[in-house]
Formats: sequence, structure tokens, C-alpha cells
Amino acid sequence: MEEFFQQLTNGLAVGGIYALIALGYTMVYGVLKLINFAHGDLFTIGAYLGLTLLVSMGLFDKIGPLPAVILLAVMVMILVAIIGAILERVAYRPLRQSPRLSAVVSALGASIFFQNAIMAIYSPKFLVYPHDILPKTVINIMGLDIPVMRIIMFLTSLVLMLALYFFIQKTKIGTAIRAAAIDQGAAKLMGINVDRVIMLVFCIGPALGGAAGLMVGLYYGQINFSMGWMYGLKAFTAAILGGIGNIPGAMVGGLLLGVIEALGAAYISIAWKDAIAFCVLILILIVRPTGLLGERVAEKV
Amino acid sequence: MLLKIENLRVNYGNVEALHGINLEVNEGEIVTILGANGAGKSTTLNAISGLVNITGGGIFFQDKALHKLPAHEIVKLKITQSPEGRRVFTTLTVQENLMLGAFTSINSERIQKSLKWIYTLFPRLEERRRQLSGTLSGGEQQMLAIGRALMANPKILLLDEPSLGLAPILVKSIFDTVKEINRAGVTVILVEQNAKAALKLANRGYVMEVGNIVLADTAANLLQNEQVQQAYLGGGH
Ligand SMILES: Nc1ncnc2c1ncn2[C@@H]1O[C@H](COP(=O)(O)OP(=O)(O)OP(=O)(O)O)[C@@H](O)[C@H]1O
Ligand SMILES: [Mg+2]
Repeated sequence: MEEFFQQLTNGLAVGGIYALIALGYTMVYGVLKLINFAHGDLFTIGAYLGLTLLVSMGLFDKIGPLPAVILLAVMVMILVAIIGAILERVAYRPLRQSPRLSAVVSALGASIFFQNAIMAIYSPKFLVYPHDILPKTVINIMGLDIPVMRIIMFLTSLVLMLALYFFIQKTKIGTAIRAAAIDQGAAKLMGINVDRVIMLVFCIGPALGGAAGLMVGLYYGQINFSMGWMYGLKAFTAAILGGIGNIPGAMVGGLLLGVIEALGAAYISIAWKDAIAFCVLILILIVRPTGLLGERVAEKV
Repeated sequence: MLLKIENLRVNYGNVEALHGINLEVNEGEIVTILGANGAGKSTTLNAISGLVNITGGGIFFQDKALHKLPAHEIVKLKITQSPEGRRVFTTLTVQENLMLGAFTSINSERIQKSLKWIYTLFPRLEERRRQLSGTLSGGEQQMLAIGRALMANPKILLLDEPSLGLAPILVKSIFDTVKEINRAGVTVILVEQNAKAALKLANRGYVMEVGNIVLADTAANLLQNEQVQQAYLGGGH
């Protein structure tokens, strides 16, 4: 039982990361019906920018771990949001009226560009985050020893997800984003600047993805220029699992995939860890192609 | 004159859908545009709203060149449209749809006033304000589309086939409402298949045929016009 709960909490923490990245895929798909294949690389960029800022600014020594992490996260999110907006402007907007395939090719090109840029700037080797900066404390919850960082990671992704959910559901701009995802022409008739909505979506998604990259760097300590590939694929699976285009779906899908993967690795075989995610993807595509919360998507397509 | 369309041309790809049409709308009028399927009625409205690019001519609102503005700027000038096929945001609630109609307004007192007015025009919408608009009946969705377009306090309201697919009794009620909206000071451009009802309501009318305007006259004259009677009113009556 102990093992089960350890894996469950571990799965939730990793699932939170998947969910944050999945939100970027799902939101872009929502408004543009496009899979942003460069999204995984924005996640990687978040991890690298986090490392650079952390090392160069010496924040942890100056202001202590908690304020340092928060400040770091804010800076990373802003920078990656800007990169996301530029990506939209340069790689996708000129192709808005072109056949879908052109945008897909452009997305793949952007992904290759980002990976090579990271490699050129930082080297293709694994880099390590300083490992003495975060507490290694383990706390005991109901007889279960859980690393405090695992809890913090899960709570952070939860807070970010709830903030996004509130923004999308309750604010005027959030409603405009939902409207543009349903019918761009009708949204324009409401006076919504759809170009700006799309740009905003390309800021929010990458910001969350960048935050996830930073969290992975801080938690696992090792980063690599190609890390966005596997995380991106997992998060994409999570988005499909929840129903692509559906925001709560990406959150549920991410957490669920994290848990399935962690339990699968523990009870089936660790070697199968990555394969499990893709079995889930294939299964969901066969059994329920619209995803778990996907009715809404099906309704609008 | 409130709105003036001059020699307007619109292309879809290589095909020209409007071959240089002229149309005028005075303040306070109801102007109807009639015509068979594919004549270019919706294209005309969408050109005014900035949803389609024009290839020639111009559209002028007072002295502003609308054809040079993006769609969302045109809404800010208080020209709104209830589009063909309603196009309500199905997974949003009725009230969310209406609030989006007021997206360009910042005066919340004004917004509440519009909302109240729309709920008196269409009490059904108030009853269903928390319901997802995709679950509304066709007629209720039509009310929502019109109400949504009214939320911005338009000077000009473009209505594209508001009676499409509605039971006769509801058609009458929608037309009565259009009249009431017009009495409240809103200039209306009404595209309709239901030619007789539209001409009874309107001050003036235009008849379109394959991208051209072939007739322009007062509504009363058009009702008597033999050509119109043959083509759109199902013969003499
Ligand atoms: N998006 C489009 N792409 C290509 N052609 C179009 C498009 N929209 C309209 N057309 C063409 O332009 C012409 C005018 O269409 P429009 O929709 O304006 O007609 P309409 O008068 O509104 O017809 P209806 O009464 O059927 O609504 C038609 O020949 C139509 O096929
Ligand atoms: Mg039409």
C-alpha cells in the first residue's frame, strides 16, 4: 500500500507537469485547430532560461529559496511567453490562410530551429541545475514519507491550472478566447480582435510550458536540448486523453496520465514506463477519439 | 446619409460575387435586401462588417471608410450583425453570449441597461440565461443572435435572414421585434427570403440577382412591382 501511495503522489506531481504542457497544446488547438509541434521546445527553453537566470543572478543567495523560485518562475514565464508570441507571428500568422499542412510543416521547422538554437547556445550535453538550493526535506503525512518538493511541485501546477481556469471561465478576455475557439467569424462580429486573442493564447500556453520546464529542471536537476520531445509527446497524449481543445480535459488528462504511468512503471515494469503512455494514447484513439471530456469538441467540429 | 456603398466588388478566389453594387441607407430606416440564393446578400452584409475583403469600390459610414477597417473596429463604430445561421457560441451560456455582444463596451451601467432591454424584447432569453446556448431551440437561438447584436447599442443593425427556419407565428413575432428595435432608433438592414413580410416592414428595398442590384425602390412600390411579385412573392395576390 505504501508503494501505491508513493507512486500515486509521484504520478500526480509528474502529471501536473504534463497538464501544464498539455494546456499549451490544447489552447492553441482550440483557437487554430493546429498542433503546435514546437510547444515541447518552448518547455525546454523554459528549463534552460531558468538555469541561466538562476546561475547568473544568484537569486537563492540573495533572497532565499522561496522568493527566488517565485521570481525565477515569473521571469521564465514572461520570457517564454514572448518567445511564444514571436513564434506565432513569424511561423504561423503568415500561414493563417494557407492549407493546414503548411502550418504543420512550419511547426516542425520551428521545433527543429529551437532545438538547434539551444544546442548551439548551450551545447548538446546534459546540464545540471545546482542541487543544493532546494530543501530535501521529507515530511510524514499519515505514515507516508513524501519529499516536500514533490508536494510543492504538485501544488504549484495546481495553482497555475486553477488560475488559468478562473481566467478562462470568469473574465471577459477568457470568454473572448472561448468564443474565438468556437467561431472566429462570429467572434469578430462581437468586436473581438481575434488576432490578438490568438497572440494571447500563444503567450499563455508557452508561459505555462516554460514554468513546467523550470519545475522539471529544479526537481530532477538534469536538462537536455531534446527533453521537450518526450515531455511534449506525453503532454500531447494527455491533451488527447482529456479531449483536445478542452481546457479542463488537458488538466485531467495530464494528471491521469502521470498517475497511470507511475503506477504502470511500479506494477508492470519500469522499462515500459514510456510505452504505457503511448498505449494509453492508442487505446483512447480507438475507444473514445474525442477524449474523456471531448463531447464539447465534437460538438463544435 | 448614414451608410453608402459605392461600386462594391467582392471576390472569393477568382470568382467575383459582387459586380459593383451601389446601396444607400438613411438614418432611422429599415432597408431590406431581397434576392434568390447565391445572389450576394450575405456577402454584402459581410463586406459591411469587414468579414470579407473587398476588391473594389468602397463602403462609407458617415465619412469613415469601413472597407479600410478590420471587423472589430467596425463593431466599435456601432455597426453589428446577426449573421446567417445564427452562429451563437453553443458551449457558452445565453448570458455569456449576450455579454460578448457588449465586448467593445466598457460602461457597465450601459451594458446592464442593454441587457435589461434585450430581456424585455425576448423574455425567453432571461428564463434561459444560464443555459448553454447550444441547447436552445432554433427560434430561441435566433432571438439570442439578434439580442447579442443589440448589446453593443448599434446605430446600424444588420440582420441576415432572421426568419430562417422559424414557424410562421415566430416569424411574425421576430418581425414585430425588428420594428420595435427600429422604433428605438436603430437603423436596420434586413436580408430576407420572406420577401412579402420584409417589404411590409421596410421603408425601402433592393433586389439582387447574381451579384448585381437589379431593382431599388420604396418598399411599397416593390410590393406592387410585377417582376418582384413573379419572382419573390409567388405571383399576384
Ligand atoms: N466563403 C465563400 N467562398 C467561396 N464562394 C462563396 C463564399 N461565400 C459565398 N460564396 C459565393 O458567393 C455568392 C454569393 O453568396 P452569398 O452567400 O452572398 O449569397 P446569398 O444571397 O446570401 O444567398 P442565400 O440566400 O443562399 O444566403 C454565391 O455564389 C456563393 O457561392
Ligand atoms: Mg445568405
